[in-house]
Amino acid sequence: MSSTLTGTPTPAAKAMTNGSGAAAVLAAGLGSFTLAATAIAADESSTIKNLMNFYHPTGPLSGVTTAAILVWIAFWIVLERHWRNRNVAMGRVGAIALVFLVLSLLLTFPPIADLF
Amino acid sequence: MEITTRGLWTLVHGMGFGALYLLACSGALVELWRRYAKDDLSPISEREEAFLRWYLLAMAVLAWITVLTGTYIIYPWYRAVPPVGTANLAGYPQRLLLSNPATSGWHSIGMEWKEHVAWLVPISITMAFAVFNHHRRNLRNHPELRATVLSFMVVSFLAAGIAGFFGAMLNKHAPVEGGPTIRVMEGESR
Repeated sequence: MSSTLTGTPTPAAKAMTNGSGAAAVLAAGLGSFTLAATAIAADESSTIKNLMNFYHPTGPLSGVTTAAILVWIAFWIVLERHWRNRNVAMGRVGAIALVFLVLSLLLTFPPIADLF
Repeated sequence: MEITTRGLWTLVHGMGFGALYLLACSGALVELWRRYAKDDLSPISEREEAFLRWYLLAMAVLAWITVLTGTYIIYPWYRAVPPVGTANLAGYPQRLLLSNPATSGWHSIGMEWKEHVAWLVPISITMAFAVFNHHRRNLRNHPELRATVLSFMVVSFLAAGIAGFFGAMLNKHAPVEGGPTIRVMEGESR
């Protein structure tokens, strides 16, 4: 069965498609990366830091995490709509998602985050 | 034997929800790796499938409760700013740690990493639950998807471990304490 990153519709194998799973995986990777990137941006820019201060007792962490969760859910909804009835190249999508996740893990480590 | 309200919340957050997540993680990893491999030909019963669904859902709920209690209940106590001229910083853990070069790293590296990396956990495990809930035993036919989900769960385990380790060390060097005291039981006096 042929598949591409953007997906190939496979109506005959609708119940067997990997599109929904791939959408969830890639969205999780992108959401995680958004969290790390927003945290760095809030650390570097006082404007973003103030913007992210959604709940004063928690400070910018409240905005950074809320923004990342919203972006994650938005990506998930969009990808799910595009891929749910398709088979996508799961190896490639999974690898991209994992790269984003590992980058997030590294970029949240302060000595690395402080390089930016 | 007494405990402060803030101390109790810290205990529930770390030793309760967080530690339980870490314990649960190893079980889910083994189950997903062992029973849902493509070359495992033994049939998966509906009972087994339902068990893992509920297990992953419970893990996702635990992960969300852990980060939400940490971020919105305990963290504000941790980062509270003392009034000008306060000499005793015991009630202000962040300031207490930063007041000494020997302990400041626990905040600047430990807490700074923990407060962000912990949020990768609910994202990853919610995704794992959603994927399993959608594919169930059909996951055997998608080995690459299963491998990716397993990898996310390993990273979530690592992230939860990092958060747990720094949580324990921070609480050792500058415990979050305060609020009304709860008397757990009466001790013997000599």
